Amino acid sequence: MHLSREEERAHQGELGDSLRKAMEILVALGDIYGADRLIPVRSVQVAGVSFKTIGEAGLEWISDLQGKVAVPAVLNPAGMDLHRWREMGIDESFAKKQLEVVEAYRRLGVSPDCTCTPYQIKPGFAQRGDHLAWSESSAVSFANSVIGARTNREGGPSALAAALVGKTPRYGYHLEENRVPTINIAVDADLKPSDYGILGFIVGREVGEGVPQFIFRRRPDIDELKALGAAMAASGSVALYYFEEGGPEAPKGAEEIEVTAADLQAVREENSPDEEVDIVAIGCPHTSERELEELARLLEGKKVERELWICTARGIAERCPRLVERIEGSGARVLCDTCMVVSPASDQYNKMMVNSGKALAYVPTLCKMKAAYGSAAECVEAATRRV
Amino acid sequence: MEFLCHKISGGSASAPALASREAISFLGTVDPETGEVVDPGHQLFGKAIGGKVLIFPGGKGSTVGSYVIYQLKKRGVAPAAMINLRSEPIVAVGAIISGIPLVDGLPADILRLEEGTLVTVDADRGRVIVRDGL
Repeated sequence: MHLSREEERAHQGELGDSLRKAMEILVALGDIYGADRLIPVRSVQVAGVSFKTIGEAGLEWISDLQGKVAVPAVLNPAGMDLHRWREMGIDESFAKKQLEVVEAYRRLGVSPDCTCTPYQIKPGFAQRGDHLAWSESSAVSFANSVIGARTNREGGPSALAAALVGKTPRYGYHLEENRVPTINIAVDADLKPSDYGILGFIVGREVGEGVPQFIFRRRPDIDELKALGAAMAASGSVALYYFEEGGPEAPKGAEEIEVTAADLQAVREENSPDEEVDIVAIGCPHTSERELEELARLLEGKKVERELWICTARGIAERCPRLVERIEGSGARVLCDTCMVVSPASDQYNKMMVNSGKALAYVPTLCKMKAAYGSAAECVEAATRRV
Repeated sequence: MEFLCHKISGGSASAPALASREAISFLGTVDPETGEVVDPGHQLFGKAIGGKVLIFPGGKGSTVGSYVIYQLKKRGVAPAAMINLRSEPIVAVGAIISGIPLVDGLPADILRLEEGTLVTVDADRGRVIVRDGL
């Protein structure tokens, strides 16, 4: 890989030990993936935040680093609401470690916003054509597919290295040739908003790492695209998809999959809720302002009978305190900085109902819980039904 | 016998070999406190990787494996050096953040090296030297 004189100096350690380590990571990854050089990134989203996943070792590594990030950076969701962790049933020792992790990142200049949807709170973080180094799989999918920016899916250390250097190796989804659709998905159904999570769940399993080109009857909205991409990145590892005509096209003879209303119905039925559901969790990925509005409306005049978590970014909750108040009036909790998938607080429950295809894929595997699926309205209905 | 190799993480070390024909997922397979292979399904089950030149095809599994390698290093039970056929990002990043020499690009025969054979990994010069014959 070709390095500029300045990059070479950093790589040799002339600019300090942390920058040397960061450059070594970027150069090694560049070599492994055949990158020709480093390219500047506009922003970074750093993975490796929940103490549940990174543990003592990860905390030690972050704490040992020196220096400041060169470009704006935010964090992935943490293992708890950084303020209201007690309410979640998080124990004192975990909370202490989790706060240390966020503090260690903050010391390096990373903004302590812990969210899987940086695009919902930081509009300047990604625009069409920007190169990014983002980590969380649904954010990566949204950035590549909806915003039209370019990012690979970074691991914790590689994202932090990119933030310290302000650059990332040029390979993978940074290159035009890897952004061509590989498979066509014809959706032969009139989709409701809650169908997109299921659709993504099905398509992700089918296409794995492919680049699907969807053919829809109508253009999905932003929240629907968020749900679709998140599910495909969880049940498969789709980091880029297309949903509009006029973009790049899959080569002639590329495989085409048809998804019908019956396919969607089958997955819904397999995952329909029952009496076992003891927690309902919404906000995977983190809810938008519009989704909070819908939930406030659905919860109007109701009381929750089971735990209902609504996960969002702190920046969103702070932007609409009235909505949060209306939602919490029902007994539901609006939790920030975290989600049901990464928080150890989920361990207290047996069966979780979600409105997210991504959570449907991860709850049974990462949280070792049973999962059920429904629309936001069905989730509210399950949470407020008299026991 | 001397092999040319490709440097992933710099440095050099000489130590007894511990070779596996199976890929290693550090998260779950290796105890981060003791450096012992604790997965009963792994070829190296029961062996300690600390202080060895650990030779394996490459990493797999969770990216948290990088941090496990770092923790091994902090506890003083990390491999002295590592050799892969083809390094992937989990082990590469783990070796770099931990300052453990790591090279790849060696012939597959290296995976059959007898345990305890003295091996020198000189990542900076892109050389692996095996003291006894393969």
